[in-house]
Amino acid sequence: MGLAGGLMIGMAGAVYLLGAGRIMGASGIIGGLVDGSGRDTAADRLWFLGGLIATPAVLMVVFGLTPSTNASSAPAVLVLAGLLVGIGTRLANGCTSGHGVCGLSRLSPRGIISTALYISAGMAAMAILRHIWGVI
Amino acid sequence: MLRSMISLLSGGLFGTGLMLSGMTDTTKVQGWLDVLGAWDPTLAFVLGGALLPMAIAWRLTRDRSPLAGGHFPAPAASTPDKALIVGSMIFGVGWALAGLCPGPALASLSFGGWQGALFFAAMISGMWMAPRLRLVLDRGPAKA
Repeated sequence: MGLAGGLMIGMAGAVYLLGAGRIMGASGIIGGLVDGSGRDTAADRLWFLGGLIATPAVLMVVFGLTPSTNASSAPAVLVLAGLLVGIGTRLANGCTSGHGVCGLSRLSPRGIISTALYISAGMAAMAILRHIWGVI
Repeated sequence: MLRSMISLLSGGLFGTGLMLSGMTDTTKVQGWLDVLGAWDPTLAFVLGGALLPMAIAWRLTRDRSPLAGGHFPAPAASTPDKALIVGSMIFGVGWALAGLCPGPALASLSFGGWQGALFFAAMISGMWMAPRLRLVLDRGPAKA
């Protein structure tokens, strides 16, 4: 399932690149709407986000799926994590899709450095938060 | 019209792929980061699978134009700066904390409950704050 889903994610990026001529980065597509830097391409961004948000909902109804995020129910964890993800991805100009999927596949130095850093930082944070402090 | 349909199709494929691959399940993502615990390698397969069509797509951008007109992105940009390094590390910590990154956070909005909505609201706030923080970062620490 991981590989099949991954291929589909890569195809999504390929369609966006070859069709619209743009890099499929989730943080950039929504971030450009939040800070106004993507005002000129707002329509494309909204269509993309519409497909991204609505398709899982449609699949749930059609196939009777009951997916769960199994996310934390601690409001402080969710708020802090959301702030860090929002700030970090916009400072870095990319996230798992932009720097990871699209950056690594074109051997972009910035994409490779960013991906190595957020995975290492994530693994280090997990080691500390889960195994030393035991908070998550 | 063509651009809109391409964007919608791409977003739909992305959302389907994220859900199918299990990346909207925070325990799988946190499991991948948990090298000291019950390590879950799924994310490596997802990323590996995604790189294949994308690498082909980058190759196809040579001597062509995008289907909907315009130009392909400029060659992979310059060297890393402070914001890239600091931002990537901040993102990594937040990613570990909740097991969500921007794509899956959006894809799971319809079934993520209040937890997903709260994370999403905080993420949007962070994205709104980022340009101001970047100015501080570029200027360096204030001199006394």
